[in-house]
Amino acid sequence: MAEPLLQVDNLGKRFGGFVALDGINLSVTQGERLGLIGPNGSGKSTLVNCMCGTLQNETGSVRFDGHVVDGLAAHQRTHRGMARSFQLPRPFTTLSVAENLRVPLLYTANTRRGTHLSPAEITARCEELTGLVGLAAKADKLPRDLTQVEMRKLELARAMAAEPKLLIADEAMAGLSQSEVGDIVELLIKLNERGVTIILIEHIMRAVMSFSQRLVVLVSGKKIADGKPDDVVNNPEVIGAYLGQ
Amino acid sequence: MRSSLFFFLVATLVGALFFFGIRWVANDYLFFAGYTVLQFIVLATAWNILGGYCGYVNFGSAAFFAVGAYSSVALHKLAAGVDRYFPEALVGLAKIVLPLNIPTLIIFGGICSGLIGLGTGYLTLRLRGAFFAIATLALAVVLQTLIVNWDFVGGSRGAYIIRPQSVPIIGSYIQYLFLIMVVLSVLALTVARMIERSRLGYGFATIRDDELAAEACGVPTLRLKLIATTISGALMGMAGAPFPYYIGYLEPGSAFGLAYAVNSIAMPMIGGTTSWVGPLVGALLLGIIQQVATVTISSAVNLLIVGLLLVGFVIVAPKGIVGLVQDFMRARASDEGRPTWRSRLAIFANMRPGAR
Repeated sequence: MAEPLLQVDNLGKRFGGFVALDGINLSVTQGERLGLIGPNGSGKSTLVNCMCGTLQNETGSVRFDGHVVDGLAAHQRTHRGMARSFQLPRPFTTLSVAENLRVPLLYTANTRRGTHLSPAEITARCEELTGLVGLAAKADKLPRDLTQVEMRKLELARAMAAEPKLLIADEAMAGLSQSEVGDIVELLIKLNERGVTIILIEHIMRAVMSFSQRLVVLVSGKKIADGKPDDVVNNPEVIGAYLGQ
Repeated sequence: MRSSLFFFLVATLVGALFFFGIRWVANDYLFFAGYTVLQFIVLATAWNILGGYCGYVNFGSAAFFAVGAYSSVALHKLAAGVDRYFPEALVGLAKIVLPLNIPTLIIFGGICSGLIGLGTGYLTLRLRGAFFAIATLALAVVLQTLIVNWDFVGGSRGAYIIRPQSVPIIGSYIQYLFLIMVVLSVLALTVARMIERSRLGYGFATIRDDELAAEACGVPTLRLKLIATTISGALMGMAGAPFPYYIGYLEPGSAFGLAYAVNSIAMPMIGGTTSWVGPLVGALLLGIIQQVATVTISSAVNLLIVGLLLVGFVIVAPKGIVGLVQDFMRARASDEGRPTWRSRLAIFANMRPGAR
């Protein structure tokens, strides 16, 4: 069996006396679409932060693409092919949409390739990405001129600009209308079809169910279920965690 | 690269016209006053590389400036006492090398201040906002205390530098110093503009906007901050290196003066912090007003003027003069897809729509 793209072993993280992650094991294979759900405060974002290097795990390890990445800074993990979008969009507010996309192209795509993209190639990639997410008409606008859904799309496009092997979308649909959620799911599936492995952290079950091939549930920093989406949502332990027993 | 070379040539031409224009007026006072204004252009531009591009407010500009100035004093003293400070075997060599000329002193001052900048950056890597600002202020206090207690460079008594009356070709020494400061200003502005339009400039902008998102995009924020503190510190030190020869008597109070710290911040803030144009405009405006006030009212009102203007701009135009102008510049820049004189000027000045 091929080695998984991401392997998280016994991952633990505490904030003072609060145990945010308690021995999480997770494995993601190349090209997979994984949904990660859990009630508020269950440790989803902490897990993402530990995987991406924004936080350092205290126990356990993270293996990505065959290498242990523990101790590496966030930007180094991005260089290795791990990209993320944030729960609350964090665009570079003084840079235009196209310039926002230019940053990961300059700092990550170039670093990984070993050769530098020419300015024309960078511009072409920016145009391709803005076209892919439907922001071509707003490429020269500042993030403050974007709607909520456009901001989310920019967030995803910026993560894509780093040419990742794994994209972690942290609540990419929070606060969006039903049709907008559909747009983002469609976009994520389109990205996955291009060969990008995706972990989707989400509360909107309709989106999670239509997107995920596998579903993982976290509760109070522990993994309580991992399997096919239909099986997981019917798991009594999961129902209990969401609805209370 | 070609655009930077073009910019450098234009800036050099403007600098040369400025120099020969003042020379044509034949009034040495203009060189004295002009030197100060140019010195502030370098200081404001250097401050802006860290404060404007990266968003890290440095209150310790005077310390970097003073390190440059005192490195020149130290080398000057060393040259004056070659027999005393060097072992016999090296005296001959030292007499050949010393005293160093001003351009070499500037390079030396730049290296010293750049290293202090690198050290400051390293020690304050995890600090942001007010905490970083306080740390830079503390740096200035620590360095001033060290200089006050360092007898070799005069300690609290200060040090006299007797400069030559004239230099070959150029003539008057103040004209020579002025010309050096013109060259430094051109250099500082070219460096600032090159950074803005480069990969480094994008990296700095992301640090200013959101460091967490920058890291997620692959920007090595810690390394970039070190680069910014080093370049900014080095340029400030370079501005300070010729200062002892300009003023003739250097003491810690004047080298670490409040005016340097305040002006270095106020000039970019008033001019605008996201483009190299901002510090230039701010330094020209405030520098000239202060020079005029010095001869018409008193130099004591200089800081009052800076304070009032700063308060006024923060209220009326928080993005500075450049911010006011750039909206006008961008107004019809891309309406018909064809570049206009406004869009060309906006690109030359690297003005971004809505940038702070």
